Amino acid sequence: MSAKEMALNTPMLNELESGEWPSFVTDLKAYSKKRPVITQLLNQLEESYQNRWNYWQGKIINAPGYGGGIIARVSDKADKYPGLANFHTVRVIEPPGWVYSTDALRNLADISEKNGAGILQFHGMTGDVLLLGFDDAGSLQCAEDLMNAGWDIGGSGAALRTLQCCVGQARCEMACYDTMKVTKHLTDTFIHYLHRPEFVYKFKFKLSGCSNDCSNSIVRSDMPIIGTWRGAMQVNQAKVAEFIDEKGMDYLVNNVLTRCPTRCLSVRGKELVVDHSDCVRCMHCINVMHKALKPGKDRGATILIGGHRTLKIGDTMGSVLVPFIKLETDEDLNNLTDFIEKVWEFWNDNGMDHERVGEFIYRIGMMTFLKGLDIEPDARMICRPRTTSYIKFEELGPSKFDGERQIAI
Amino acid sequence: MSQTTLAPRDQGAPDYNKMLHPLMAKNYGKWDYHERLRPGVLVHVGESGDKLYTVRAGSPRTMSADTVRKVCAIADKYCEGFLRFTSRSNIEFLVGKKENLDPLIHAVEKELGWPLGGTGPSVSNILHTQGWLHCNLPGSDAAGSVKALMDDLIDDFKNEAFPNRVHISSSCCQINCASHGDISIIVQHHHAPRINHSNMQICELPKVVAICPAAAIRPASINGKETVEVIEEKCMYCGACHGQCPSMEIRDSQTDTLSIWVGGKMSNARSAPTFMKLAVWGIPNNPPRWPEVSVAVKTILKAYKEGGKPWERLGEWIERIGWQRFFEKTGFPFTRYHIDDSPEALSTLNRSAMVRL
Repeated sequence: MSAKEMALNTPMLNELESGEWPSFVTDLKAYSKKRPVITQLLNQLEESYQNRWNYWQGKIINAPGYGGGIIARVSDKADKYPGLANFHTVRVIEPPGWVYSTDALRNLADISEKNGAGILQFHGMTGDVLLLGFDDAGSLQCAEDLMNAGWDIGGSGAALRTLQCCVGQARCEMACYDTMKVTKHLTDTFIHYLHRPEFVYKFKFKLSGCSNDCSNSIVRSDMPIIGTWRGAMQVNQAKVAEFIDEKGMDYLVNNVLTRCPTRCLSVRGKELVVDHSDCVRCMHCINVMHKALKPGKDRGATILIGGHRTLKIGDTMGSVLVPFIKLETDEDLNNLTDFIEKVWEFWNDNGMDHERVGEFIYRIGMMTFLKGLDIEPDARMICRPRTTSYIKFEELGPSKFDGERQIAI
Repeated sequence: MSQTTLAPRDQGAPDYNKMLHPLMAKNYGKWDYHERLRPGVLVHVGESGDKLYTVRAGSPRTMSADTVRKVCAIADKYCEGFLRFTSRSNIEFLVGKKENLDPLIHAVEKELGWPLGGTGPSVSNILHTQGWLHCNLPGSDAAGSVKALMDDLIDDFKNEAFPNRVHISSSCCQINCASHGDISIIVQHHHAPRINHSNMQICELPKVVAICPAAAIRPASINGKETVEVIEEKCMYCGACHGQCPSMEIRDSQTDTLSIWVGGKMSNARSAPTFMKLAVWGIPNNPPRWPEVSVAVKTILKAYKEGGKPWERLGEWIERIGWQRFFEKTGFPFTRYHIDDSPEALSTLNRSAMVRL
């Protein structure tokens, strides 16, 4: 039976057409009239639903000169669904902050439809736009068309992965640095590492303009870069008074003062008193009173290291590596890229195959990691000092290198 | 096929300056404050006094090219041709002229059929993975289970009625690409990988051995062929080897189940970020609408809505009332499987005499 003659047979998927939430089934069914291969896709998906089983296998296909970005899928049921014999995904680097002109979106739709099944996803969990449903030749032509139109292919495998960031200064008053600019700078500077896997394993950046962390960087990226500030936050006492008049003193006390994690807020009359030296930039009071309170003026970011989800050693949360870095001038950005290259060099020289940087630190210890990178330890990197007393103090004990016998005979 | 002349061009990220709504470009870095006008509608006010309205709607994430064009036509008509997506796959239409707000909302709700919401203390769109639609590893679907669950949570998406925002994620294997959330749904496998010894030549055996976090895989020779064997007692059914080698089948259509985890939080607001914790296990993997998942999620949301204080995220609420009371209030059984036995386990025990009696 040719693809064009194949009828939709999706009784279980049809049950996903009711309800108020937009249904991808309804959308794809309508679109299958234009693209018959989608009938095959839906029929295979129906079989997955019927049998609770998956019919996709992976393989490897790359655009010439690239080492990733095309996620190849071949169907186990290609005899029945010949259009799914090769049905790959192409990852596309998204505009930082996921901002689009309709021209750009239409361009993606056109390229997707011209070369493949015309299915798009906004967005994959790493941040890329995903274009679905290309055979081998279509994948390569899609990559070509994308690049001719100014797009570029995303990352996959043991490589720098596509970066993502929050909307930042483009539409948020809380952003402490220009997340979009830094995301573009890092992507463009390190694009070689994104396209040609040469790390021990994947490396992800996610960038958030403040510690509300809208890009979910701290547990989803190997190097979270989270906006913050030095010195006092900005307090507009007139607007504090307005807030109290509008919401009441009870609200201020119960929802702002007592929710401060370091108890650095108190109130005197209708004036908010902030002990800035104890503020940990958690953003809660600013979230609640964002007309009256703003981040301080000396802004930058905290760099953390090592976040990733559970495989293989369990979850790792990013932890502080650089308490504060400025990210404004070209020199600041060069400092950042130099620092990142230093981290990569040590990790890739010493990490094991398939070892994320968080797992690497877990194995060798943060103490050794800092020494390897020649970074001075900083008390802001820890919650508390060690409690285990077994320590190899390098400065104490017998010297191993000065040629003298130090041990007692 | 036309000739491919592809050469690596390494063009990098698109120029976002061409993608910015004119009011975004004008007020870049100079925003003053924002307000939520109603669920799904925000206004950002610049220091200049400019007002940029945002209409947030739930998107299905997976769209046909025709649907993308339909979205574009609406944005051209009411949004000066600019829009964006959020990290939770919501779509945000950007409106510079207030008079366009109501017609835009009408177009989004009636022409597209996408619901407004996901702002403030609501249940936002569910982060999800590829599932049976296009992944090579899944034990369940993602787009479909999310569609079914969001149908059941539609009022929670469209209203701002919780103590704080609720982020949900749904993953179809233990790799958990959708990561942590206030509520997370993941697949659990219940047996060691079943090895297809006759097809091990497609895998790099040293890598298969090395990837096992439990050191449960060792080289073996079966009928003169190089392969691996799994020490059943050591294996924790994570499926890391399955990702490395498709001949290490970890899934089972009959016995795989779903589990629900709670209390993940990425934001630093009030309290430090936290991982999600096990709440409910053994939920059947029941397409096409996974009704048992909906029941469990709604039970958790109801208890949180009733018990949480303003601004408390779900995990913060549980930490305040204690896990014992969380299980009392939700009615889920607390079992020995809820007690951690990973290398981090000791830090999860109640190492005090502080006990609610």
